[in-house]
Amino acid sequence: MDASEASGVPRIVTAGFDDPESYTIERYLARGGYQGLRKALGMDPEAVVAEVDRASLLGRGGAGFPAGRKWSMLRPDPVTYLVVNGDESEPATFKDHALIERNPHQIIEGTLIASYAVQASQAFIYVRGEFALGLERMQTALNEAYAYGAVGRDIFGSGFSIDIVVHPGAGAYICGEETALLESLEGKRGFPRIKPPYFPAAIGLYGQPTVVNNVETMANLPWIVLHGGAAFASLGAGRSTGTRMFALSGHVRRPGVYEVEMVKTTFRDLIFSEQLGQGLREGRTVKAFVPGGVSAPWFGPEQLDLPLGQDEVGAAGSMLGSGSVVVMDSSTCAVRAAWRITKFFFRESCGQCTPCREGSGWLERILYRIEHGRGREEDLEQLLDICDNIAPGLTWPPQMTTICVLGPSIPSSIHSAISMFRDEFLLHVKEGACPMSGGSHG
Amino acid sequence: MLDGRSVTARPGEVLIAAAERAGVFIPRFCYHPRMKPVGMCRMCLVEVASPRGPALQPSCFIPVTEGMEVVTTSERVKKAQDGVHEFLLINHPLDCPVCDKGGECPLQDQTLAYGPGESRFVEEKRHFEKPIALSNLVLLDRERCIQCGRCTRFAEEIAGEAQIDFAGRGERLEVAKFPTTSFSSYFSGNTVQICPVGALTATPYRFTARPWDLDQVESTCTTCALGCRVAVQSSANRLTRLLGIDVDPVNQSWLCDKGRYVFESVNGDEALVPGAAFAGEARPAGRGATVRLTQPLVRTHGELVPASWGEALGAAADGLRRVRAVGGPEAVAVLGGARLTNEGAYAWAKLAKGVIGTDSVDAQLGDGLPAELVLSLPRATIDEACRAKVLVTLTGDVREELPVLFLRVRQAVLSGATRLVELTYQTTSLTPYAAASLLMRSGDAPGLARLLVGGSAIASGAPFHPDGPPWSPAQLATARDLLAETPEGAGVVVLVGRPSLAEDASLVAEAVEVLANAWPAARFLPTLRRGNVHGALDMGFAPGLLPGRVSLEEGRAWFRRFWPTVPERTGRSGAAVLASLAGDLEDPDGASDQREAPKGPPIGALVLLGADPVGDFPDRQLAERALAAAEFVVVVGGHPSASLHHADVVLPAAVAHERPGTTTNVEGRVSRLGQKLVAPGLAWPDWMIAAELAASLGADLGFTSASAVLEEIGRVAPSYRGIDAAIEEGTHRDGVIVPLVGRGVERFEPIDPIATPGVESVERQGAPPRVGSARIGAWVVPVSVEGSGEGVPRLLSWPSYVAKRTSTRPTHVSPPDAYTLRLVSGRRLYDRGSAVLGSPSLVPLVPKAPARINPHDLDRFGIDDGDAVRVRSSRGSLVMRAEADPNVARGTVVIDFNLTVAVPDHRDAPGREALRRETTAEKDRRGTERPEDAQRELGASVLIDAMAPVTDIRLESL
Ligand SMILES: Cc1cc2nc3c(=O)[nH]c(=O)nc-3n(C[C@H](O)[C@H](O)[C@H](O)COP(=O)(O)O)c2cc1C
Ligand code: SF4
Ligand code: SF4
Ligand code: SF4
Ligand code: FES
Repeated sequence: MDASEASGVPRIVTAGFDDPESYTIERYLARGGYQGLRKALGMDPEAVVAEVDRASLLGRGGAGFPAGRKWSMLRPDPVTYLVVNGDESEPATFKDHALIERNPHQIIEGTLIASYAVQASQAFIYVRGEFALGLERMQTALNEAYAYGAVGRDIFGSGFSIDIVVHPGAGAYICGEETALLESLEGKRGFPRIKPPYFPAAIGLYGQPTVVNNVETMANLPWIVLHGGAAFASLGAGRSTGTRMFALSGHVRRPGVYEVEMVKTTFRDLIFSEQLGQGLREGRTVKAFVPGGVSAPWFGPEQLDLPLGQDEVGAAGSMLGSGSVVVMDSSTCAVRAAWRITKFFFRESCGQCTPCREGSGWLERILYRIEHGRGREEDLEQLLDICDNIAPGLTWPPQMTTICVLGPSIPSSIHSAISMFRDEFLLHVKEGACPMSGGSHG
Repeated sequence: MLDGRSVTARPGEVLIAAAERAGVFIPRFCYHPRMKPVGMCRMCLVEVASPRGPALQPSCFIPVTEGMEVVTTSERVKKAQDGVHEFLLINHPLDCPVCDKGGECPLQDQTLAYGPGESRFVEEKRHFEKPIALSNLVLLDRERCIQCGRCTRFAEEIAGEAQIDFAGRGERLEVAKFPTTSFSSYFSGNTVQICPVGALTATPYRFTARPWDLDQVESTCTTCALGCRVAVQSSANRLTRLLGIDVDPVNQSWLCDKGRYVFESVNGDEALVPGAAFAGEARPAGRGATVRLTQPLVRTHGELVPASWGEALGAAADGLRRVRAVGGPEAVAVLGGARLTNEGAYAWAKLAKGVIGTDSVDAQLGDGLPAELVLSLPRATIDEACRAKVLVTLTGDVREELPVLFLRVRQAVLSGATRLVELTYQTTSLTPYAAASLLMRSGDAPGLARLLVGGSAIASGAPFHPDGPPWSPAQLATARDLLAETPEGAGVVVLVGRPSLAEDASLVAEAVEVLANAWPAARFLPTLRRGNVHGALDMGFAPGLLPGRVSLEEGRAWFRRFWPTVPERTGRSGAAVLASLAGDLEDPDGASDQREAPKGPPIGALVLLGADPVGDFPDRQLAERALAAAEFVVVVGGHPSASLHHADVVLPAAVAHERPGTTTNVEGRVSRLGQKLVAPGLAWPDWMIAAELAASLGADLGFTSASAVLEEIGRVAPSYRGIDAAIEEGTHRDGVIVPLVGRGVERFEPIDPIATPGVESVERQGAPPRVGSARIGAWVVPVSVEGSGEGVPRLLSWPSYVAKRTSTRPTHVSPPDAYTLRLVSGRRLYDRGSAVLGSPSLVPLVPKAPARINPHDLDRFGIDDGDAVRVRSSRGSLVMRAEADPNVARGTVVIDFNLTVAVPDHRDAPGREALRRETTAEKDRRGTERPEDAQRELGASVLIDAMAPVTDIRLESL
């Protein structure tokens, strides 16, 4: 997990990851912790927002919305909330998991800076319920931070006060969707809210203006405040500035979480570099890879040289999304991969919208049938047509027929798999069995 | 722009509704016009132009904005809708042939229009255990559920009790109740009605009929006096189902479960009325074990035996003539009438007052309010109450008495349209919504009313109590502050009813007088709850009144023109009739000086019109003595009752849904009743019985049909002038408010064919979905009532009431001492009335009544929650379970009316043991007779002393 520090690129959020005690306040302070907060508290809140704006910090939760812009959209109100999203529950996405366990104080410090910048009345850190260790470390860190005087009344004598609550998640992937998360925080069932209102910044938690940001987004803030937005923006290129954590998994020799500079790094670097993924096993080649979480359309080997930049990947028809890259080598069954991903969405659909609730199950059952040798040729067209009924036109970003984007994300893997590996589907049908069985399955 | 043409929308209107008014039907499942949209089913997707090109949007959720461009017919829209529809069907069991909804199912209907012709779903469908019970009344088939959330939203948003909600997620998302409770809402039937598929079914209707066999008429529910509009459906002369119809000023499509299911008592499915094994009970084929009066009966040699109508009418006329010959017309009293149609009530009023000549006629049996007061108060409509600046309630729990009014008031408060100030003896279903809830003790109402209108505590005359006043001073201050914003009571509406049957009506009456005098601009909505009691009072069914809201004196000359005679003197109220029969007016202990008892000859004959003094009158002991003392008793009614044991002649009458006519609700809204059934056996409609009995007495009432009676009402009853023409004019779902004034505007409202699936399906008989348009609305008055000279009497009014009121002496209530508690007996929706007991589906829902006492008082008496106690009044005593209830005012014990009292739960509890000892001591030797048990079934009426202003209770621990 050594980053490219040699090349002069700083480790902004994973600094200290190599230290097994990195999560304690002592080690955090030794790394210069809470200096960003001290500096921010001496600035005008607007100046902090301006600095973050200048940094062009894109949200790290999936949608990649610029954090500074999001903050300025906050409807003025005496009561506003900041909610930090640490619900990470997608298969193959595990960068927040590492961040929460190994660097909780930096999330807290970022949360405090953001709270000060938007003058929030109360902040919440929502941590996935299954992260037992992460929750424990986050809560301990928060207690330490309170004791240290960084949280609570009159922080560091600045006159600014804020409380933070760590809230364990309710055990559903959908609670990571920001409006479902707000419902869940309010003690309700995790159903995403229907739009309009389009942004929690207008009507959020308990009906009040609310900023929802990812934990990694928060963790970038102390550095930005300390070094300035311009320094951050000088890393990366275009809109994709700074560094970003990527969770690399699948058929690579060294799966893991890597913080790399955006745009300047390519998928090939990430997968093959000696400091990073170290490539595939002997004799295997890249068949396809998921560039940004299981919601994202797949890429083939020809896209390996694309840079890790939000707009660059977007222009190529997929997304960087949640920052998880899954490599499938030549032994992978595309049908099985698509089936497993679809099965995940089927089990995690909240069930509000008919297309998502019913469509996910239908797709899953057909894919299961094909993979288990009971496919029919017409199933392919049917799969695509069902996908089209969930996300009309099968465009990217998808057209919506549903309340949240979980539904329209379901077709991504299926559409990719059929477009890229149609013959493999037909082989399943023809042979009445999975031709790759015995191979390694994603 | 909608599909290329320009349409206008109301402010805030959602796309689907605006399109519907413009005649474009967008398919939908989860949208219901009376609930907030949630956009869950995605069936209503349409294309809305946006900066990034046309986007599919749920039309049920998107408000119309200026210049919006919408396409509902494009290929893309069609594909999206077809897709959603197909998705809904893939897991649907398609067991339509055995589904109640088959034939009236929006899913079926829309399948014809939107689904693909054939299924391409070859996978295994989702499976659930077939129906599970959410409650006694509602079953859920989760396989059929399309997760539209209509039922769960209704429970939370409309009924305010989230007893059902979604559980699970994704494809396993299911409607569920909580494990330890059931879906026990009074309004659960609405969820069955609005479920767009057959997932929710109602036990009373399940498998009884197919929609295409159903025949339907529109009518008005007369189970309580709110008058919800209903579609009454039957199959083979048997009622099968009632569905709510959306009348904006009244029920806004909802019904309560009692109103929805008491039709079973019309069919008469089971013999559940005590003492029903009885000669008059008939069991005609196709009606089940009907417990109905279907045959005239005459007592011969001590036994009631079947007779012909001629014989029975002759016997009745002979008896009445005999009594009149001895005691004069005033020796005859006619009690009841709240279950009659307006036509029946008018005909009987004309017979009693205009032929027999007695004014001792009363639709209320000591359980209402003085009629003249009710009719003199400036009347508010339900809508006015729901947008009053301040809504004051001085009544029982509205959800128990007029359930759908609770839904209306709750919505009104939640939407900020009104603010609520409650005067009550115990926390009610409206308390959580009240700006101020003033807890009082029985007897406090007049004093608290004086405080509320600005009097001081001392001048208010509130009786002293060792515990001090039960209301919180802060709440009183809030209430007074609110009311200070409404000078003269402008914008104030007061709901007035009977919060307790264990106190004299004069207490509420006095409080109301205080309020009406202090607030000349306030309006009042009387919450008398019994069936058509408002129609009966309007038809002169009270002493001192004549039809059309005029007093006897004021109307005498006018009615002489139309009637053979008009009573000479004001008669006795129902309570006074019974008291005089029981000999209690001469009560030596002095309690009787509380009452204004017009002296008159002793009552000799009683005509009971669908009324049962033994069951209905608060003081059971007095009622029993009264009936036993009556020389001649004629019972007219549809169902047997305890009073039958005293009957000399029984005349069987048609009941609700068996007779056409009109009814009048709490606000004075007159609406049409539909006839769906032929009355069983030889039963006749009430007006006809009156006309025939008059004929037997040698008089001609002058009408041969219900509509002829209505015509006469419209001609002679001053406040109903023109009603016949108004009602005849087309189908007026909304009815009209009397007195008719000004010109109404007709409204055309689209009917959402899936908001009320059953109603619309029966009307359209299987045709594909369409947008209906019903003409509803206020009506045009043909004759101006004002200023039509020719001696039309003046209507009762508040100034005339005040001018006439002689006695201003307040009712004297002595303060309770430390050893007594004051009894409060309120109404519960499901009680032991004949309608509920005749409806097998509702019988299990009738609760038992514990003695609910403030924990502070229980402590004082050293009694534990759940203990057996003996509750003793001057009238009688009961052994029952005491229950600690902080919602009850201190110094009060609440035992709700007309319910069997509760006994301790646990056989091993010490209280249970004590109870066993108490009751076995009084059990006879063979162990069959248990006097205590019998008493317990009678409940609070054993204790209530109708001759005292309040009933005080002593508690004895056992
Ligand atoms: C189905 C679904 C799941 C999501 N799960 C997460 C999650 O686990 N963590 C997260 O930060 N964002 C998640 N998001 C994105 C959030 O809705 C939201 O955009 C994000 O928290 C905003 O933070 P950011 O602006 O800092 O990225 C999810 C979105 C969807 C539609
Ligand atoms: S798209 Fe799926 S997950 Fe999102 S709200 Fe609809 S049903 Fe729930
Ligand atoms: S039971 Fe009926 S009303 Fe309730 S969610 Fe299911 S389909 Fe909708
Ligand atoms: S509220 Fe009254 S009128 Fe309405 S349905 Fe219930 S009983 Fe009938
Ligand atoms: S989503 Fe609009 S009717 Fe269901």
